[in-house]
Parts: sequence; structure tokens; C-alpha cells
Amino acid sequence: MSEQLALLPEYLTAHLQLALVALAAAALASIPLGVAVTRRRALEGPVLGLASVVQTIPSLALLAVMVPALAALGALTSARLGIELSSIGYLPAILALTLYGLLPILRNTVSGIEGVDPALREAAAGLGMTGRQQLLRVELPLALPVIVAGVRTAAVWIVGTATLSTPVGATSLGNFIFSGLQTRNGAAVLLGCAAAAALAIALDQLIRGLELGLRRRRRGLLAASLGALLALYAFTGLSFFAGRAGAARPVRIGAKTFTEQYVLAELLAGWLREEAALPTRVVHSLGSTVAFDALRAGQIDAYVEYTGTVWATLMKRDGAAPPRDQVLAEVERWLAERRIVVAAALGFENSYALGMRGADARARGLRRIGDLARQSPELAIGGDFEFFARAEWTALERGYGLAFRARRTMDPSLMYQALAAGEVDVISAYSTDGRLAAGDVVLLEDERGVIPPYDAIVLASEGFAAERPAGLAALRALAGRIDRTRMQRMNFAVDGGGRSPGEVAGELVAELRGRR
Amino acid sequence: MTGSPAIELLEVSKDYGARRVVDGLSLEVATGECLVLLGGSGSGKTTTLKLVNRLIEPSAGCVRVEGVDAREIAPHWLRRRIGYGFQQVGLFPHLTVAENVAVTPELLGWDAARVRARVDELLALVELSPAEFRTRWPHELSGGQQQRVGLARALAGGARLLLLDEPFGALDPATRDRLQQSFQRIRRELGLTVMFVTHDMTEALLLGDRIGVLREGRLVQLAPPAELLRRPADAYVAELMDAPRRWAAAVEALLRQPGSAP
Repeated sequence: MSEQLALLPEYLTAHLQLALVALAAAALASIPLGVAVTRRRALEGPVLGLASVVQTIPSLALLAVMVPALAALGALTSARLGIELSSIGYLPAILALTLYGLLPILRNTVSGIEGVDPALREAAAGLGMTGRQQLLRVELPLALPVIVAGVRTAAVWIVGTATLSTPVGATSLGNFIFSGLQTRNGAAVLLGCAAAAALAIALDQLIRGLELGLRRRRRGLLAASLGALLALYAFTGLSFFAGRAGAARPVRIGAKTFTEQYVLAELLAGWLREEAALPTRVVHSLGSTVAFDALRAGQIDAYVEYTGTVWATLMKRDGAAPPRDQVLAEVERWLAERRIVVAAALGFENSYALGMRGADARARGLRRIGDLARQSPELAIGGDFEFFARAEWTALERGYGLAFRARRTMDPSLMYQALAAGEVDVISAYSTDGRLAAGDVVLLEDERGVIPPYDAIVLASEGFAAERPAGLAALRALAGRIDRTRMQRMNFAVDGGGRSPGEVAGELVAELRGRR
Repeated sequence: MTGSPAIELLEVSKDYGARRVVDGLSLEVATGECLVLLGGSGSGKTTTLKLVNRLIEPSAGCVRVEGVDAREIAPHWLRRRIGYGFQQVGLFPHLTVAENVAVTPELLGWDAARVRARVDELLALVELSPAEFRTRWPHELSGGQQQRVGLARALAGGARLLLLDEPFGALDPATRDRLQQSFQRIRRELGLTVMFVTHDMTEALLLGDRIGVLREGRLVQLAPPAELLRRPADAYVAELMDAPRRWAAAVEALLRQPGSAP
């Protein structure tokens, strides 16, 4: 817990940065837009309609969609204008959050201004105010409570939704939640939720204080709320630039959204710190293709990938895969064309596999996936978020003629519970999962070799390799240093033993260094 | 420019689609005169009033204010020179009484000291104690007090012309009577030119130097009250004038009853 608490200032500050910038951008965009809509009624339908459509996009999807959208836009701007856009991290998160905050402010601005008593408009015009004076002296002051209500709604939404910006590579309080869910650290999840809720309430009350102070002309309240809000902006602004201006840029290590990735990212980070004396930073909980895109775009420097994922998902090969070494060689060649270096194969495979309750498999006489085909219509299968969308699943389905009774998608950390509870009969498992050994779960043999080999490989960008040769050398030295049993043990220490990825990885770093 | 009328309407018409609300109206309001526009609802009297300060633009014809074509004056400048008051008053709820009265002076760019003096002067003029009312909020005032503030606000910019649209319409009879008397006094003191819209015959007879009777957007008769009573132009005007006449006769009869005298 104390380890989690130590991360709180960093996550909280980052979360504040996201929320405050997005809120300010949303307000600056939607209040003038709302005013424009009340001046040109023809705009009302299209503008409010568009904002509503944005709102119906699930927030996680909106965030995720920003990554390829920005990457495409970035390719254009860098070719035409020489401007590099970062497609992961702050930019996509802030864009998506800003879009998310538009509707409540926009709608309230429009209805606030439209709700002004027509007699007051007539009085304002009759007294000789210009259109602009009517707006600034009468309509906006009178609409203020309604507009502020919209800003407060947006503030709460944005603070809440910002927790989902973790998978696009922006640090936030969501890091507690995502990694906590993966590593079964309930306290971390709770900490993330509580901190986000407290932040939302605090921001909401500050804005309310601002409005009350303004409307009731309570100077003290106005000054206090305004001061507090400005201080928050100043603080996040300063910490943002301080973060950018740091002397040595840390090596950024990416981690996808599961336990093994957290452990391995910490391992790479710890190893580079100890072996090459490089500052490091782990970018947590990236979506699977987000991590690859981020590496290609130079927004992270290294992460651990699996040959099978590159083979099936990125190179889009299907059919039976060649042997392990040949896959590795082809993957390496394919990556080299994309300016990515395979620094090391760590020495173990973590492949997708199908797992069943041991007792169940024995009772049904199932040992191989081929045996499963006949019985699959009676069985339910559970998979992680991406499993059923992956090429491996299609290959399994086609290759063995699988047709399950039901198919359920769930968080990987919950799959073993669902299997044990009999809610599903088959799960998509990882061969290095520590819970395999701990629980009575058997893996069915892929006798036709439909699933490609999944060697864990350390990928590094060419830029990193060129700038930090010592770092690359250190990463190369990790080749073959971790076997499958060791990886299973480390995963289980986190998933089942309640230890943190950092601790577990730290032990291995110490051990590897001691062994020399 | 003596002799030129303060307000002049020349063949003015206003159409809303196919509906003609004001139909070829011509009239003049002399400087210092109070002209009452009298008519039922839908007669076009409010529209006529708003044509003068360009809250409504005419479809045809020309409006002149102090000899100048109103179209040549930017609407907000025109309105700062012409006081405007209406039944709903429209006091700004987010401003104090003093700030409401100060709106036009501030639009005119007066300095703070001059604005403050002007506000106090006008509050006193409409019989509200400045010390007591300056910092009040509109919602704390009675209907009559709101109308007084509305009148003060309409006059604050130094307007010599005043457009009033049923300003005393929503008040109880006693309050209305007091306000009508205040209004008459103020009008004479300041020598204001007034265009006053009402549907109340008695009010028209009491306040108007001349009365213009409107019906379906047309001017039926324009004459001083006495002439309207003695020589109504048509049956409609005669019928309108009947009500105050009967009322006056009834009061007269009551006063003549034996034993009622003290």
C-alpha cells in the first residue's frame, strides 16, 4: 500500500493536468459556440446533434480512436508542415476528454441564454445596448448559473473519464485502477477510485464557489475559489513544464495491460537503471497495438512483445506457423524493415492456449484441442478483451471446427474465477500464467500447431538503439535469462501472492546481477 | 429646429407575412406633447410605438425623430436618446436599483460621479428615497416601485422623448392613480415629449394632450380628448368614449343625491 501511496502525487498531478486542460479547452470551445448557436438558429441542430453523437461514443472507445486518428493526422502534418504530433499520451487523452466535456457546457450555454426572459432582452435593446452589450451585460450574466452547472457536470465527467486515459498512454489515477485490477490489488483500485472521486468533488465545489461568489457578489468567496483554481492551474502547468525540461530524458518502457507485462516492464526499467545507469519511466497499461504504434512513433523506447502477436496480428499471417526459430527470424526481418530492433528473446514462450478445469477435462476425456471440437457445442468459453478478435482465435475456430455454446469476454484477472465457478468451461489462458499451476487448470494441446509460437522478445526503437548504445547492450544481455517456470512464478507472486510487480522484478534484477 | 415635430410618422406600414399590422399610418407628435395611442389588442398600437425606436423596422414609409430619418441613426444610438418603458418593466434582476437606473448613462460613457448624482436625482424624481432604494434588488420591490424605477431608468440618459407601453397596466387602481399623477408632474417639469400606448379610455383622457384611436392598424381619429368626446369620428370611437362618459355620469349622479352632502 505504501508503494501505491508513493505513486499518488505523480498520478494525481498527471490526472489534474489532463482534467484541468481538457475542462478549460471544453469551456473555451463550447461557450462561444453556444453563444453562436443562439445567434444563428440554423446552427443549433447540427452543432448540438454532433456534440450528442460524440457523447454517445463510449468514453474508452473515444479515447482509443484518438490514437490512430492522431497517428494518421501526424503523418500528414509531419510530411506537409514538419510538425510532429504525439499520438499517444497527453494529446489523445486531452482531445478525447475535451470532446467529452463539450456537450454539457454547450447545451447549458444554449438553454441558459434562451431561458433569459424576453422582457429583459427588450429592456436591454430599448435602453440602447448593442447586440454585444446585450450579450455581455444581460444575457451571459443571467445565464451564468445554468452555464456553470454545465461546466460542473463536464468537470465531474472529465475527471471520471480521465481514469480511462491510461490505456492510451497518459498517466492518470486510472493507472491505479488498471494495474490494480490486473494484479488483483484491491487497495490500489480503491485508492484510484477514491482519489478520482475526491478530485471530482473538489473541482466541482471550487467552480460552484466561483459562481456563488460572482453571483452573490461575495468577494471573499470569489477570491478564495478563483485563487484556488488558479493555483491548481499554475501548479499543474509548472509541473508539466518541469517534467518536460528534466535534464536527461528517461528511457520510456511500455507495458500492456496484463500482469506479466507489468513485471517485465519493471524488469527492463530496473535492469537499465542498474546496468546502464539510465533514468527510466514505465508507461503503464497500453493497449496491445497502442504499444506497437507508440514504439514505432518513438513515443516509447522499448517494450516486451511476443513473436506470435507480431506474426498473427501485425504481419497478418494465418495457417499453421513454421517452427519457433523460423518465426523469430521472419519477425525480426519484418520489424527491421519498420526500424524496430529485436534486442533479445528473453527465453520463454507465453502463448495463447485453451485451459479447462482439470477434473472436467479428465471426466470428459479431453487432452487435445481436437478432442474438444465434438463437445464444444455443450461448452461455454471465456476470453480476454482481445482474444476473440485475434487471428489466433479464428485459426483455432477454423482449424479445429470449434463451435461453443456461449462466448463471454471478460477481464483476464476474472477468467480463472469464472472457470472455477463453472460459469465458463474453457478459457483463453496464457502458458506463463501463475494461476495455471496454483489452480487445477489443464492446458489442451494444440496438436495441429495452429497457434504460432509466442517467444517473449524485447523490442527497441532504432532511435533508442542509436542514442543509447549502452542501454541497447544492457537489453541484449537479457537474452535467454528468464525461463517459463520463473515467469510463471513471478506472475503468480503478483496475481496470487499480492506482491507488487516492482518488488518481484527488483528481486530478479538483483539475482541476475548477482549471478555474474 | 423649432416647429419641426419631435416624432413624425409618414405613411408607415408594417407587414408580418401577408398580415398588415400597421397600415399607412401618418402622425406627428409635437415637442412637449403627450400623444396617447388608444386601441384594443391587435390594433397595432404597440407595433407603432416600437417603430419609433426601431425595435421594429417598418415595411414601408418613414419615421423621423427630431427631424432626422430614424434609418440614418444606428438603433442603439437612437434608443439611448429615447426613453422606453413597458408594462413588464424588465428591471435586470442581477443589478441593483441604482445599477438598473445607471444603464443608459453608463452606455453613454458618463463618469462615475456624474452617474451616481444622476441616479440619485432620478430616484428622487420618481419619489423613491435614494438612500433607501439605491442598493435594493428588483425582487425586493413592489409592482409600483418597480414601475417607478423603470421610469427613472428610461429617463436617466437625459432623454427628451419617452415611449411608454401600458406602463401602469399591471398595477392596482390606487397605485396606478398615484403613478399617473407623478408621471404628469415629471412630464411637465422636464418638458418631455411622450408617446403613450394604452387600452384604458380613462387613462387616455386623463394623460393625453391628443389621442390617436387605432383600429386594425389604421388611425381612426386623432384629436384632443374633448373633441373625441364631443365629435367622435365614427361609431367605434363613439362606443369607446361611451364608457368613461357613463362612468362620469354615474359619479355625478351619486354626488347630487340628497343627503350625501356633508
